[in-house]
Amino acid sequence: MSTDRIKEIEVKIAPEKEITVTEEQANHIQETRRILKKFGRKRGNLISILQMVQGRLGYLPREVMLEIAEFLGIPGIDVYSVVTFYNQFRLNPPGKHSVRVCLGTACHMKGGYITLDAWKRRLGIDRGETTPDREFDLDTVACVGCCTMAPVTVVDDKPQGQVEPTKVDGILLSFELEKEKEGEQNQ
Amino acid sequence: MVSLTIDGKKVKAKEGEKLLWAALDNGIYIPNLCALREAWLPSASCRLCFVEVEGKDSPVTACTEPVKGGMVVNTTGPKALRLARTAAELLIASHPVDCAHCLSSGSCELQKIAAHLKIKLKTKRLRKITRELPIDSSSPLFTYDPNKCVLCGRCVWVCRERLGIGDIGFAHRGFQRVVTTFADEPMAKVRCRECGECVTVCPVGALYFKDGRGSNPIIKED
Repeated sequence: MSTDRIKEIEVKIAPEKEITVTEEQANHIQETRRILKKFGRKRGNLISILQMVQGRLGYLPREVMLEIAEFLGIPGIDVYSVVTFYNQFRLNPPGKHSVRVCLGTACHMKGGYITLDAWKRRLGIDRGETTPDREFDLDTVACVGCCTMAPVTVVDDKPQGQVEPTKVDGILLSFELEKEKEGEQNQ
Repeated sequence: MVSLTIDGKKVKAKEGEKLLWAALDNGIYIPNLCALREAWLPSASCRLCFVEVEGKDSPVTACTEPVKGGMVVNTTGPKALRLARTAAELLIASHPVDCAHCLSSGSCELQKIAAHLKIKLKTKRLRKITRELPIDSSSPLFTYDPNKCVLCGRCVWVCRERLGIGDIGFAHRGFQRVVTTFADEPMAKVRCRECGECVTVCPVGALYFKDGRGSNPIIKED
């Protein structure tokens, strides 16, 4: 491989496109910069930074990942690689309500994956995603320690037992009713 | 230079050089996917280059084993072959093996390895699980089919270390592991300079040029 070729290619790189930043994104970047001040520019700090930023923002949006990559002087893909490797990091904003479907051994035997399919269908999202209105986020857990109630779904940190697809509808209905009530009170 | 014996053949190699390169330079083939001669640190992730070295109980990966004078190496020992065959079978079990429609058929390292290790491209021992990931044909120069990727990491290394760009890397975990770009964006949207170096080093048909060139360098240096 000749070095002339690289130089030749480098000339052709288009200037960085102007990227419009929304207010939310600007806030995220500002918050991230504040956190980054506490850290050195060492690659080894990556996970600590990610944890602290997620602790503040609830998730790791793309502009934040790029900001961290620039700070540490590493390619964006390296940050993305770490974020997608560990379960503790989220790429989507957390919803108002969290839905965690248990897929542990007992729940699996009792059809936990059918429950998961029901949640996916009713919310219209896949696991690890958040509904567009940011009301619900859906994910799976390995076991929550109440196998006698299988199949279990943890809704807002409260484990719900025997969550058959019909109960999924019931839980969602109760949230809708709650929301309506709130709406009436506000009026 | 020191002399060592590989498969009963006396060969000469630089002391400290990795065994894999010593064997390949002397016309002895050892299956390998992830190894790159320029890479100072072998990733040793494909687990295909197992050989048996006299005086060692268990097989070693040739890409990490430094050459020592008087070394006696057996590339066809049963213990080593068992490990290499299993590794190759696992790769093939999650590879589409659509050789009839693949542009890399003939120059494919996986075909070569399967033939060398005498294993079939249709696995019976392991269940076939393939991924149905979208094919990225956004780049004007090449197409990326992640389904055919064997995760050797050659393209990742070349993009990062040889060219200093670092547009592609590994993401996700376990069976979902994939070579991709930041936020899984199409190749055309990243800073890719379309040098095609990654296509050139791809051992299988995961990266291929759109104009049908095999694994030939994109610009013929004249």
